[in-house]
Amino acid sequence: MSIQNNRLSDSEYRLNFEDIHPPFETREGALVEANRCLFCYDAPCTKSCPTSIDVPTFIKQIATDNLKGSAKTIFDSNILGAGCSRVCPVEKLCEGACVYNLLEEKPISIARLQRYATEPAIQEKWPLYPRKASTGKKVAVVGAGPAGLSAAHVLARNGVEVTVYEKEAKGGGLMTYGVAAYKVTPEFCQDEVDYILSVGGIDVKYNQELGKNVHLSDLQQQYDAVFLGIGVGIARGLDIPGENLEGVVDAISYIYDIRTKSFQEVPVGDKVVVIGLGMTAIDAATQSKRLGAKEVTIVYRRTENEKPCTDEEVDIARLDGCQFVWLAAPKEVIGQNGKVTHLVCSKMKLGEADASGRRAPVDTGETFTLETDMVIKAAGQIPFENLISTNGLVHKNGKVTIASDGSTNLKGIFAGGDCVNGGKEVVDAVQAGKVGAGSILKYLEL
Amino acid sequence: MANIQSNFLGIKSPNPFWLASAPPTDKKINVMRAFEAGWGGVVWKTLGSQVKNVSSRYSAMDIGGQKIVGLNNIELISDRPLELNLREIREVLKEFPDRAMIVSLMADNDRKSWHEMVKKVEDTGAHGIELNFGCPHGMTERGMGAAVGQDPEIARMVVEWVMEVATIPVITKLTPNVHSVVPAGRAVVEAGTNALSLINTIQSVTGVDLDTLVPNPNVGGQSVFGGYCGPAVKPIALKMLTTIAQDPLTAKVPVSGIGGVSTWKDAAEFLLLGASNVQVCTAVMKYGFRIIDDLTSGLSNWMDEKGFEKLEDFIGKSVPKMTHWEDLDLNFHVTAKINPDACIHCGLCYIACEDASHQAIAKKDGFPYNDYTVKEEECVGCNLCKLVCPVADCITMEEHRVAPEYLNWPEFQKRGLPLNDH
Ligand SMILES: Cc1cc2nc3c(=O)[nH]c(=O)nc-3n(C[C@H](O)[C@H](O)[C@H](O)COP(=O)(O)OP(=O)(O)OC[C@H]3O[C@@H](n4cnc5c(N)ncnc54)[C@H](O)[C@@H]3O)c2cc1C
Ligand SMILES: Cc1cc2nc3c(=O)[nH]c(=O)nc-3n(C[C@H](O)[C@H](O)[C@H](O)COP(=O)(O)O)c2cc1C
Ligand code: SF4
Repeated sequence: MSIQNNRLSDSEYRLNFEDIHPPFETREGALVEANRCLFCYDAPCTKSCPTSIDVPTFIKQIATDNLKGSAKTIFDSNILGAGCSRVCPVEKLCEGACVYNLLEEKPISIARLQRYATEPAIQEKWPLYPRKASTGKKVAVVGAGPAGLSAAHVLARNGVEVTVYEKEAKGGGLMTYGVAAYKVTPEFCQDEVDYILSVGGIDVKYNQELGKNVHLSDLQQQYDAVFLGIGVGIARGLDIPGENLEGVVDAISYIYDIRTKSFQEVPVGDKVVVIGLGMTAIDAATQSKRLGAKEVTIVYRRTENEKPCTDEEVDIARLDGCQFVWLAAPKEVIGQNGKVTHLVCSKMKLGEADASGRRAPVDTGETFTLETDMVIKAAGQIPFENLISTNGLVHKNGKVTIASDGSTNLKGIFAGGDCVNGGKEVVDAVQAGKVGAGSILKYLEL
Repeated sequence: MANIQSNFLGIKSPNPFWLASAPPTDKKINVMRAFEAGWGGVVWKTLGSQVKNVSSRYSAMDIGGQKIVGLNNIELISDRPLELNLREIREVLKEFPDRAMIVSLMADNDRKSWHEMVKKVEDTGAHGIELNFGCPHGMTERGMGAAVGQDPEIARMVVEWVMEVATIPVITKLTPNVHSVVPAGRAVVEAGTNALSLINTIQSVTGVDLDTLVPNPNVGGQSVFGGYCGPAVKPIALKMLTTIAQDPLTAKVPVSGIGGVSTWKDAAEFLLLGASNVQVCTAVMKYGFRIIDDLTSGLSNWMDEKGFEKLEDFIGKSVPKMTHWEDLDLNFHVTAKINPDACIHCGLCYIACEDASHQAIAKKDGFPYNDYTVKEEECVGCNLCKLVCPVADCITMEEHRVAPEYLNWPEFQKRGLPLNDH
């Protein structure tokens, strides 16, 4: 057993990381699907989209060959509409609410149609948003993730001069550095960021980190308002013995490697154990398997009924050949010569419902041991609590506290996205950026 | 099993489905294939004097991904040599003696030409003749086709010429490009035609190409009005058919129903409104002859369900149900009812009634599904909600009579009853 890279041939890597939801190949295909849409009124799909995209309208616009209108309908609500069409867990959002489900029929492929309308906009750089004349107002946005970009776009197109401070070398946030490689490519992320910036009036300063070379107090002085969209950090620690052994890795850093290096360069174990069952855990498990791990086991402390991810995501992992061990909590990592060899787990059972409404796992006192050479921690992410509290922002366990309009306790400072909700989806972050920017415009009396 | 054999003026065919005079019937190969597939009869593509067709001939209207809801053509009558057509008609008759063979004619506008044409066709052994008084393009400029059918007196004259020599049944095909088909219908019945058929195509422009700005179909950068047919024209054809069935004079002769027949249901409707058989063109141009299987079995199964043993049991049965507006019962009142178990919460009924009818549907907001109920006292019973509802039988129209007795408009006025208050 060992952790190694370069396990597969180039073509195997390519096949394993191919687009998981391929687009419509032809206009006819898209039209057949678009024409199936009933054009519901006060549509359940729209209500179930966190950014409230007017789904029936954009689909009707596809059906009438008004593709520009369609893309604009989508972007008006969600400037990351192209990215969202690839990464949104639609089975629990728009498509899950499609009325066809109630007829026991396949829901409209909303995401695929959304991709059909937005992709040409990005590829052909359709200038859908003429920028309003400059208002002379200046706003700083920290973080070029979905929340920050969404806020920046709303502000810029309304004539605000926006400066974005981003600690990484590229924009997109977790879209670029987190989401599974079989959903989006680095090129796509770059194109999407470029398209958003093409509205003008947005200056992105890369490799600038708040708390290191940028300070909130300075931003407060130099700008009329600030929007914080810094997301959350690495995966939560396990707080168990053996956590520092070689072979125990944090899912976020591990996926960061997958997204920034070539697949050949990323090492993976023979027998991988993933701890947790959120989107991150699924992505860590499936991508380990696709990198060539022989066995991948997902360990979760509750049962499938209480899982935080969707059925669709569990299905992807199952189809990839990942195993699941339910009702198991990690107790100790055991190693030899400083390297992981085993994971000891406590057997759990379900007790009373907890605050989330799901039945909570209770330790039965029994344990069992799994053989492994790589343990991936994916049980939630840790907010940037230190950065947030030292700057005097009110927060809860590191998650910034905001009012419904996105304002924080500090005057002129707004926040949204993962840094507020603790880690949800891209689409929630886009909505938060939109709301925050709208409030900033009001605050600036624009 | 129901007997769907048809007898039209003594011309027998195994079923009431004939192919209308058009491209599917313009030569031996097609007609042979049609008969092999099971079609009951054909009306051979119109024969007449020599013509020349243009290239690019058809255009269509598509709706919501449905192709060819309506078809438009600028073709003329048969452009093949007359002798070739006549020879092939003879050959087909020999191979399929049990099928109806009608030949469509459009002669030059003089007595001699018509006499000659009728004789030539009779020589082939064909069972009947159809007079094409309907073609709306190309031929009218020469005083033929619709130019004949639009003027009852010219139509009468031509039919009289034909009847002077014809020894086989003569069907006169009417044009719909008139305010009413009844005057021409009456004139040709008086002149002795044995039967009528309707409708021919309706003048139309299906659309304009939004790149070139040339209307369809594009013939070298120009276009002309064409003839419209297919499913889109069925309601108009049915209306015209009904007026022929209602008129005491035209009702005396059998009618061959044409215009948008695509399914056995369409055919049943044509027969219920007075047609003795139907002719089909566009549906075959779109799908080929193979649709005959469903046409025949669907009609026969429906007849079994309704207890009709033969076509005559229901031909014309719906005609008496068409009345005058002032004879309708004003005390008859229906209101919509939404079945909450069948409802899929699409909201289409709500927005239709709210924006375009009587604001009679209440919306209770929910996430993500709203609930919709009918405000019975506001509902006028227009059917709109039921028509837009995508779920069959989710919305039903329930009868709530205003009063038990029948009350028509003249009586309503006589009694000075109050008009609508909303
Ligand atoms: C592994 C994984 C897979 C996921 N898969 C999906 C998916 O399939 N679909 C989906 O909808 N969501 C998915 N998510 C969640 C989604 O990526 C996030 O909800 C979303 O990206 C949040 O956007 P954000 O802008 O709030 O934060 P982020 O995307 O985290 O962006 C924050 C940005 O701020 C920058 N930043 C952070 N700190 C500083 C600082 N101090 N100074 C300057 N810049 C800073 C970061 O570099 C980053 O660019 C996934 C998340 C993970 C971790
Ligand atoms: C391309 C084309 C050519 C036609 N040619 C003739 C014709 O030569 N003679 C005629 O009487 N009707 C002609 N028609 C009309 C059809 O016979 C028929 O009346 C009409 O198409 C309505 O029937 P449908 O809706 O089933 O197509 C033609 C129709 C089409 C589409
Ligand atoms: S029948 Fe007409 S008025 Fe009555 S609820 Fe339906 S749409 Fe409204």
